[in-house]
Amino acid sequence: MHELSIMQGLVDAVLDRTGERPVAAVNLRVGSLSGVLPDAMRFCFDVVAAGTPLAGARLQIDEPEGVARCRSCAEEFVLADLILLCPCGSADVEVLSGRELMLMSVEVA
Amino acid sequence: MCTTCGCGDEANTRVSTLQQPEGMLEHEHPHVHAEGHDHPHPHGHGPGHEHTVHHPETITLEQNLLAKNDLLAARNRGWLAGRGIRALNVMSSPGAGKTTLLVRTLAELGARLNAGVIEGDQETSLDADRIRAVGRPVIQINTGAGCHLDADMLRRGLDALDPQTGSTVFIENVGNLVCPALFDLGETAKVVVVSVTEGDDKPQKYPHMFRAADLVIVNKADLLPYVEFDVDECLRQIRQLNSHAHFLVLSATTGEGLAGWYDWLDNASTRSDTLTESLTDAH
Repeated sequence: MHELSIMQGLVDAVLDRTGERPVAAVNLRVGSLSGVLPDAMRFCFDVVAAGTPLAGARLQIDEPEGVARCRSCAEEFVLADLILLCPCGSADVEVLSGRELMLMSVEVA
Repeated sequence: MCTTCGCGDEANTRVSTLQQPEGMLEHEHPHVHAEGHDHPHPHGHGPGHEHTVHHPETITLEQNLLAKNDLLAARNRGWLAGRGIRALNVMSSPGAGKTTLLVRTLAELGARLNAGVIEGDQETSLDADRIRAVGRPVIQINTGAGCHLDADMLRRGLDALDPQTGSTVFIENVGNLVCPALFDLGETAKVVVVSVTEGDDKPQKYPHMFRAADLVIVNKADLLPYVEFDVDECLRQIRQLNSHAHFLVLSATTGEGLAGWYDWLDNASTRSDTLTESLTDAH
């Protein structure tokens, strides 16, 4: 349940910026290879946001898929998991996206 | 994290030296769960009442969700480097043999290795007691409901341990192959222990942990004749996730293969913080 610690950090980071202003929405980018589950984040968000100006805010999570580039054949391909293997057989690949774990913006009322 | 309400404060994380009466070094931040929970109540405003008007707006933040932990980890890394101390973050599932490996290592290397230990467990000081029996400095961190150590807990542990310049600090993380993988502590290297009784598919099941490792130790090798654990298959899976990790097969109980671990320890002082690199390359 590392999502709970992460969401507590999120609430702290937002409050640092918005203070007492009610927050209507929080926009996150959480890649499919980040090791963090969006569903668990939503569940934990409700718990940690309760009693703060973030209570009831919409949590909008953009979930970019994993994309990698093969250093051997230069092809870009979708990474479904962290197993770094190009369809050409090479394991020398660079992860381009999917590991994001970012607080992008908040909408305040 | 609070077990009563799930709120994320670290009220019940406890750092203990074991050498002082219970509670001496505890950081207690009690908070009250009152039955009568206070809520703001709406109240009317008469005419002529001035408000500061905020218009709805979107505030761009674009920051890493782990930024706070990563900052504290960077601070730990600088603190350690400045004192020439190497910190090894030892992680595994519960019961893989982390404490047995550390106890044997400290006992066998004796004065050859100037080392202290920071023990992370949800509850009890049982592991710290085993280390202390070997005569080494040890600090127990109890995370309460928490499932991993974070950089702030390590800082508090280091403050309490007060390791000597040029020494080694073993950090025995909470037994868990999931959460500790995401939290950089500022350590010099990450050591992941997997035991043969757990099955050779662990790397595939917990890829984040094995991707982050600098060294993977297969422990309980003395049990290999009795279990279906294919060492080559385990290594093959690790290589699909992590091309640089070192790989050792040993038994902390019989001592088989420990020479390789001691060699690694002799050469591990300058290992790079590979997780930090792999995390930051995504941002």
